[in-house]
Amino acid sequence: MAMKTSVEKFNDRVDKGLQDSFMRGAVSSAQERFQTRRLGAAEELGNWEEWRSHGEEIRQHVLDNLDYYLFELSENVSKRGGHVYFAQTAEEATSYIQNVVEKKNAKKIVKSKSMVTEEINLNAGLEKLGCEVIETDLGEYILQVGDHEPPSHIVVPALHKNKEQIRDVFKEKQGYKKTEKPEELALHAREKLRQEYLTADVGITGCNFAIAETGSITLVTNEGNADLVAALPKTQITVMGMERLVPTFEEMEVLVSLLTRSAVGQKLTSYITTLTGPKEGGDVDGPEEFHLVIVDNGRSDILGGEFQPILQCIRCAACVNACPVYRHVGGHSYGSIYSGPVGAVLSPLLGGYDDYKELPYASTLCGACTEACPVKIPLHELLHKHRQVIVEKEGRSPVSEKLLMKAFGLGASSPAMYKIGSKMASPVMSPFTNGNKISKGPGPLKAWTEAREFPAPNKERFRDWFKNRPKGGEQS
Amino acid sequence: MKVTLFATCLVDMFQSDVGKAVVEVLERLGCEIEFPESQICCGQPSYNSGYVEDTKNAMKRMITTFEDAEYVVSPSGSCAYMFHEYPHIFQGDPIWEPKAKSLAAKTYELTQFIVDVLQVEDVGAQLAGRATYHTSCHMTRLLGVKEAPMKLLKNVKGLEFSELSGKERCCGFGGTFSVKMGNISEQMVDEKVCNIEETGADIIIGADAGCLMNIGGRIDRKGKPIKVMHIAEVLNSR
Repeated sequence: MAMKTSVEKFNDRVDKGLQDSFMRGAVSSAQERFQTRRLGAAEELGNWEEWRSHGEEIRQHVLDNLDYYLFELSENVSKRGGHVYFAQTAEEATSYIQNVVEKKNAKKIVKSKSMVTEEINLNAGLEKLGCEVIETDLGEYILQVGDHEPPSHIVVPALHKNKEQIRDVFKEKQGYKKTEKPEELALHAREKLRQEYLTADVGITGCNFAIAETGSITLVTNEGNADLVAALPKTQITVMGMERLVPTFEEMEVLVSLLTRSAVGQKLTSYITTLTGPKEGGDVDGPEEFHLVIVDNGRSDILGGEFQPILQCIRCAACVNACPVYRHVGGHSYGSIYSGPVGAVLSPLLGGYDDYKELPYASTLCGACTEACPVKIPLHELLHKHRQVIVEKEGRSPVSEKLLMKAFGLGASSPAMYKIGSKMASPVMSPFTNGNKISKGPGPLKAWTEAREFPAPNKERFRDWFKNRPKGGEQS
Repeated sequence: MKVTLFATCLVDMFQSDVGKAVVEVLERLGCEIEFPESQICCGQPSYNSGYVEDTKNAMKRMITTFEDAEYVVSPSGSCAYMFHEYPHIFQGDPIWEPKAKSLAAKTYELTQFIVDVLQVEDVGAQLAGRATYHTSCHMTRLLGVKEAPMKLLKNVKGLEFSELSGKERCCGFGGTFSVKMGNISEQMVDEKVCNIEETGADIIIGADAGCLMNIGGRIDRKGKPIKVMHIAEVLNSR
């Protein structure tokens, strides 16, 4: 799966999403569950706003000193016998990993959840070599078994599916015979996956946070799958976005606290594991060889610019769970593995406006995302910033909109124009007016009146009433 | 106390009754109302669509219009917030940034002004009915006015309240979003209207003309017997 998940047009994807009532039911109930839990977990901590500010400071500090910490991380991984590779592009990252896999003559690869490996389309690159690649995160596994469907959520990739649909995927593809009970479904996946861990040649993990001071990586899961991926195969490859690191264990602890609470409303997840380098003399388990692949793929272009705050992201999806637009259109409408508000900001930056120019407009700028973000990324402001770039730097807005906005700008800055415009509004609209409303509006009003009535302009504007009323406010 | 009214373009052109109610409520509370004719629109429709430079003249006009005001009061959390956004927009501009800062510092949303500046929580209003309240996003999240409307509404005699489920969720207006992404907006406002219906309320109250135009337009289209009222109209009922 590359970052781009669909060749369909944005409007077609949205229409499909809006018509998918199963998905919408699953998404809205999941959103409410996550939101309630998140708010509960935040309240329990007491001083949530202080935690958020602290998280923001840590992330900003790391980004402002990224070269320093990346160097420190790289030195410390090497000291512990690990190999570090900086990949500037998706292709470089994939080809480095392909080389490692080929040298090991690996046939079977197990993977734990990693958005960046989706972003660089790693699985396809490995399958091309003839390798069998198995996703071990339950959500990812369900999607992989079900014909490699793209994830619709960055934390809960199969969020759009309900348990009956998951049962059907297992039934159709793997001859599953039991019910849609979550315990039975999980047991089925567990039995299948256990064999895979034991026979895999290479394990590939993502990375929630790398720790510069020790050269460690931290993995946060509820299933323990990442631990098995890292511990059982002889070779471990960890792939991380170049911004996903912290100076020391102390900052990792703060960010993990923010992450688990914001993502799933838990104080801690079931497994939080920190791994440092390959197996050393005396260790009973762990990989013999460890590779850390640090992926740039467009991130250094974001660094230092007006969109830098998006690199603060810790991939908790609190913004996705709070977004009223995501709620109705679902993750696949975004056409990117990164969906929701974070996806609408990040996808055009990493993938370009050609594919993602509509995403920044798929928001009411209601600010729910910004309010939910545990590291205070001003998401709705960044969405607005994209719109400004699209209009003013890229010149990509439609001509009709440009003219309308120019006219608006003129009308809103010239009292004479406004006077004519607002006075004319009532007579001009009268052919469309029925009583005090417009049910079938012309031009830009058409989209409005397809769903709702539009009020007819007042015959007497407020300002006329105010001017004409007797002084002293005695008018009834 | 002298209050300079920033009525908003929506109220001026489409909801003049709301403007009248604001004037009457504030006058009853002892304010002297002034309405500078040169005010037009805060510029949000084009600003939010990304046309920042094209909107600056409209914003400058508003800054100049209200330059001599002591208090600027608006019956819209969203438009009042836009004034608070001006200093950020004109950041680094030696002439307009200080002017924008001074405008932001004296601009209040109506209920915020009544509760925080006039220090009044009971305006003596009376209205019989069962109501629910829509908290608009810009007013609560961005302007930070959360308590004032409910403090005032709780003192309206005869009005009963039902809590709106999903009240923090946007109604789907979003200015140009409502026409640019009309199909998504429709689903959002539809859910909002369903939530309103579930409360059993016969009045939906809001403090932003934009949200109310959206919610009201949907209620009207679906033929639901629910009355849409701006909070100024509620506070002006007796």
